[in-house]
Amino acid sequence: MLSISNLQASIGEKQILRGINLEIKAGEVHAIMGPNGSGKSTLASVLAGREDYEVTEGSVTFMGKDLLELAAEERAAEGIFLAFQYPVEIPGVSTTNFLKTAINEIRKYRGEDPMDAVQFLKMMKLKMALVNIDQSLLSRALNEGFSGGEKKRNEIFQMAMLAPKLAILDETDSGLDIDALRIVAEGVNTLKRPDNATIVVTHYQRLLDYIVPDYVHVLYKGRIVKSGTKELALELEEKGYDWIKNEVDALEAV
Amino acid sequence: MTTDHKDLKKQLVADFNTAQERMNGEAKSDFHQTRKAAIGQFEKLGFPTIRHEEWKYSNVKSLINEAFNFDAAFSLSQQDLADLQIPNLEGNILYFVNGVFHPELSEIVSPESELQLMNFNDANKQFPDLVNAHFAKYADYSDNAFTALNTAFASQGVFIHVPDHAVVKMPVILRFIVDTRTENVAAQPRNLIIVGQNAEVKVAEAFRSLGENASFTNIVTEISLGQSANVEYYKVQNESDKAYHIGTTQVHQSDKSVFTANTVTANGGFVRNNLNIKIDGQFCEANMYGLYMPNGKQHIDNHTVVDHAKPNSVSNELYKGILKDKSTGVFNGKIFVREDAQKTNAFQSCKNVLASTDATMNTKPQLEIWADDVKCSHGTTTGQLNDEALFYLRSRGIPTDAAKALLMFAFATDVIEKMKIPAIKDYLKGLIEEKISG
Repeated sequence: MLSISNLQASIGEKQILRGINLEIKAGEVHAIMGPNGSGKSTLASVLAGREDYEVTEGSVTFMGKDLLELAAEERAAEGIFLAFQYPVEIPGVSTTNFLKTAINEIRKYRGEDPMDAVQFLKMMKLKMALVNIDQSLLSRALNEGFSGGEKKRNEIFQMAMLAPKLAILDETDSGLDIDALRIVAEGVNTLKRPDNATIVVTHYQRLLDYIVPDYVHVLYKGRIVKSGTKELALELEEKGYDWIKNEVDALEAV
Repeated sequence: MTTDHKDLKKQLVADFNTAQERMNGEAKSDFHQTRKAAIGQFEKLGFPTIRHEEWKYSNVKSLINEAFNFDAAFSLSQQDLADLQIPNLEGNILYFVNGVFHPELSEIVSPESELQLMNFNDANKQFPDLVNAHFAKYADYSDNAFTALNTAFASQGVFIHVPDHAVVKMPVILRFIVDTRTENVAAQPRNLIIVGQNAEVKVAEAFRSLGENASFTNIVTEISLGQSANVEYYKVQNESDKAYHIGTTQVHQSDKSVFTANTVTANGGFVRNNLNIKIDGQFCEANMYGLYMPNGKQHIDNHTVVDHAKPNSVSNELYKGILKDKSTGVFNGKIFVREDAQKTNAFQSCKNVLASTDATMNTKPQLEIWADDVKCSHGTTTGQLNDEALFYLRSRGIPTDAAKALLMFAFATDVIEKMKIPAIKDYLKGLIEEKISG
């Protein structure tokens, strides 16, 4: 589904990704872990099409298409979804109106007819129940005055509505208490299907108690320095990142 | 008369004198004496130049170099009237063509017990005391040539009286149409709105122009609120790129009155709106909401003054602008809090989005506070749309242009959300959408 090869990216003069290689197949859950500043969020942003970053090398293929050639909105229409670490507050735009616009723009991109109001409301009701979100939240302005947990839940709700092929959760666990974390994780698990894939970007292991990954990758200094199964996450939880840092730094010194 | 572009000022003074010579007994009336004083002041002041602090960013030079017909003929067909209609709008709808009130085109639906409405000729006969007590008592022409000029030629607008305790259920809509299809046209409507104690009314002034020639509207509206009166006022401008519009809305508030102004400028070539509110009572509330969306080479200037003369009142101001292409905007917001006006709360905010690198916005908040126990705040911002918000929308599949439109629409409609005449709100939403996508 997604194939990343030697991906290098910088912001301004500063190189952040230094050659990422990653293969993701349908049905898989990949966790990307790593210490602060290792490039985790940058990877998520580059995949979603944030233009602040410049891709200097490498390639990304998504469902057979050159992802890097596509604008952010085209990537979304192709089936990529980024759950933001810090969802943006947008006064004056209700979640409902925003999602209706998004869904119909995506349908337009795919050459489909717009969804009518009845269909849309029906789908909304269904997905609201799925991720356990309240109607009152959705009629308010998008994320405006939402608590941290409400914002993250709204991200998962949007994900449910847009039904992406590849969902990238960027530090979705940050700022969440354990109850909110569980609800968000349940939402993600409910949405998991054999034909979609998930990338979970996180600093801590605890989210992975709820969203169980098939693969865990450790990012450090802009590269994937270690890959493994979910046991790797547990090892990191126990020993921290220092042993990996030391390994890599020692290798670099040689 | 058609003014000669060589000297508009001289021409107007001469016209005043000619008209005066034709008068009989009415030349001695208080009403006319006020007009006479005003023409004298206009002659003394002359049109302002950009050296005048109040006109620093709004140059009227091109206006005074145009020739206008001040009493142009017009013919509005049934089709014109149908085209001018604001859909689903119900109420007292009054038509003013080239500045002159036309009762035969107008429809009054409110009973006389709620609403008394007539031209100044009739008002001078029926309500001489009210006219003399209020006319030109609020709109100061000592330093404003346009107000002086309007006062000198006052006769063609409307006098509106809402008696004490009357609640006018249906809104009063003043439609000002300038018909420039055959020539350049000038209009100088003058309105006086007197709202009694505990009385309530919604008044809208809506401006449109027809045709390709230039128009010059110089309007002054005085509004007096009695104790505990409640007035919701709208000014809606949708005129052509060749329309010059200079307007003053002068408001006087008594104890416990509530005044809300909604000023929305969708289109106009050169627009200057003065909104001046004197809070001359305690426990009053004054709200000022404004929206301007110039494009092309349009110029929209809003000057507001709220003068807190008495204690314990609140004023709220929110103006927003979206500026496209090579357009220019001006916001000048003055808040005065006089020595007596303790416990005043005054808030002011002006936010602008520059949708083009060639657009310019000049903002100037001006707070002068003589009292010591007050809460005042002000803030102005001018910038581009929020990049983070834009990316957020795009990441959900909304293309850049649609995402920008969505953000701009939300930014603009925020100002009109509180409006209480649904048909006007819908009409404005349509204009805003047109402006954003156009």
